[in-house]
Amino acid sequence: MIKRWLSLAVVVSMFAMLIACSGGNGGNNGGNKGGSDAVIDGGADETATELSYWTFVELHGQLFETMLPKWNTANPERQIKLNVSVMPYDDMHNKLSIAIQTGVGAPDIADIELGKFPDFLAGTPQLEPLNDVIDPYRDTVVESRINLYTKDGKNYGIDSHVGASVAYYNVELLEQAGVDYTTIETWEDFKQAGIKLYEETGKYMGTADTSALWQLSQLLAQQGSDLTDDNGIPQVNTPEAIRALTMLKDLQDNNVIATIAGGQPDTEEAYGEFNAGNYATAFLPFWFMSRYTNYMGELSGKIALAPIPVLEKGMPRSVGGGGTGTVVTKTAVDVQLAKDFLAFAKLTEDANIEIWNTLGFDPLNMNVWEMEEVTHNPENTFVKYFVNNPFDVLNDIKSEIEMIKSTSASPTINNVLGTITLNEIFEDGRDVTEALNDAQAQIEQELK
Amino acid sequence: MTLIKRFIYSQKIAPYVFILPFVLVFAIFWAYPLLNSFEMSFQKVSLGQESSWAGVNNYTKLMGDTVFLKAVGNSFIYMVITLVILIPLPMLFAVLLNSKFMWGREFFKASFFFPALTSVVVAGTIFRLMFGEMEGSMINNILASINIEPVKFLKGQVTGLIALVALATWRWMGVNMLYFLSGLKNIPDDYYEAAAIDGASKSQQFFKITIPLLKPTSIYVLTISIYAGLAMFTESMMLWNGNNSPKNIGLTIVGYLYRQGIEKNNLGYAAAVGIVLLAITMIINITQLTISGMFKKEEQS
Repeated sequence: MIKRWLSLAVVVSMFAMLIACSGGNGGNNGGNKGGSDAVIDGGADETATELSYWTFVELHGQLFETMLPKWNTANPERQIKLNVSVMPYDDMHNKLSIAIQTGVGAPDIADIELGKFPDFLAGTPQLEPLNDVIDPYRDTVVESRINLYTKDGKNYGIDSHVGASVAYYNVELLEQAGVDYTTIETWEDFKQAGIKLYEETGKYMGTADTSALWQLSQLLAQQGSDLTDDNGIPQVNTPEAIRALTMLKDLQDNNVIATIAGGQPDTEEAYGEFNAGNYATAFLPFWFMSRYTNYMGELSGKIALAPIPVLEKGMPRSVGGGGTGTVVTKTAVDVQLAKDFLAFAKLTEDANIEIWNTLGFDPLNMNVWEMEEVTHNPENTFVKYFVNNPFDVLNDIKSEIEMIKSTSASPTINNVLGTITLNEIFEDGRDVTEALNDAQAQIEQELK
Repeated sequence: MTLIKRFIYSQKIAPYVFILPFVLVFAIFWAYPLLNSFEMSFQKVSLGQESSWAGVNNYTKLMGDTVFLKAVGNSFIYMVITLVILIPLPMLFAVLLNSKFMWGREFFKASFFFPALTSVVVAGTIFRLMFGEMEGSMINNILASINIEPVKFLKGQVTGLIALVALATWRWMGVNMLYFLSGLKNIPDDYYEAAAIDGASKSQQFFKITIPLLKPTSIYVLTISIYAGLAMFTESMMLWNGNNSPKNIGLTIVGYLYRQGIEKNNLGYAAAVGIVLLAITMIINITQLTISGMFKKEEQS
């Protein structure tokens, strides 16, 4: 009799432990895995609504961190606490996609990178249109940056920056070879400088990107071309694309550029290489400045910005690159509050000044570009880090910033070119025309 | 109450009551998803949109899809190499470990088995750093000490495969070895004694006694290795830090399924990939089981 009760008691207690353990763990697993979590309260009180925000760049959270106290002071009846989750790029987008489509577990606000945005616009977008909160600011912000995240006249995302592409030169390294970066205007100048640099120091002038399309986009935009035609149909084997990659291949053959660990400059492995002074130049959008200040401390006081070299004088010297549209999901706990806060944190003039101050981005409100006391503020981290003032360069190329369209085919194009084609050309030495023709066929096949 | 009691305790019904939990779990978590997948593979399905009927479109598209064929090739080659390495070697180690002269038996068992307990994610990440392309990485360091140039392991087809197989070997050697060890325990020592008395050498004993009597274990290990090799995904994803390896050298069938289903929201197409994987695995396994005589009635031994 006692034995029976004893065994029963053991079984029951085992069950109890099992339930207790899974309950505890279940609670923790409700959050995100493989990322970091932080709650910013910005001085909010107990009446504050908690909004959750997903991003893949820690820096983006810092902008909200700066704007949140200002919002809470200005709107005491609608205070907000922000729960920021930072996750790796692919992970965040995959999780977000599933959460949004199933309607379960999605955040209130999220970043969606330009390369992935078309996937979220497919069918009926499960995102809130932001037209009403953008309208007051429409004349002050760059229209093309809003159009990138628009479908059927409804705006779904708000960007942080224009993302004008520039060249970043390691002045100290170039001086060792007697190269003056201010004289480089065309790719031919670049080539000569690179050959000289390699002879004198054995270091490479630039990178041959294999996992990103920065350089290809820049070169296409210079020639007035694009990765897709006017109807959004992919066209990656155009004469302009072939000319661009053939030119880069020629640079690689002359040891002017070389492939880099990580495949492109915006990776952890590549930061290490740049920091060690193994490559002199990077051609990336304006926001790459914050990578220098955050990850490449050794290069402080050695990097200068300049317009990107052109194939022929007179070609436009810049293109908008990258971009992140911050969206409000349909399942947000308070949609109007989220939308209003988003517009406050990204579109107001004050916000745009902060976008420069904290993030080092070229803000959407181009009036800020003219404000000397903001752009030349000697206390600004970026003004201190770089040899010349970034906005001087920006204002020089202001009217030459082209755009590469983002379409529903863009993710496939990025994937095929960035995993297969560029590797074939720069790692395996495959013929440019053949590789691009294959890429075109592959992309068409995948989109059928 | 007594009606229920009579029902449950009755001789005829009670067995079914006992197996009911298993049958429920089987039906809900195995049979239903399988049939649903099969149905989905004939549709165009996306989360958040209506599903539409697509007939055999998904399958015909698969046949012409070069990336899919590359994934099948990658999985197949990986499977064959793991079979070649991860069946003979563990068998050998098991025999060695089982022999009378082995010391520290428990220590070796534990240390060989230990890698299987680690998280694949962590192990994959470490291996990715070990096989990194810069001179500072561990493997390149070793190569440098024997005067070989640093190799970009994760960028080439063959070298990438070497890294992948290294990871798999490190992880699964111990597990397979334990399977064979337990299989060896079932072979009575008398056979070896009888053979030794009859004058058989060690290698004759190995080939004529050990291997034939290990047949059930070998077939089991072969079957699960074929499946594991074809369905490998996490190791590849961790080694290349994502699903997008350069030129798709690390893309496996399940990797392609993930890309289509989760990354591109093409669930019908992904279901078709899954069904094809099932078909390939079944064909290979049934062939191999028939050849090894699993389906023949027990003959007189």
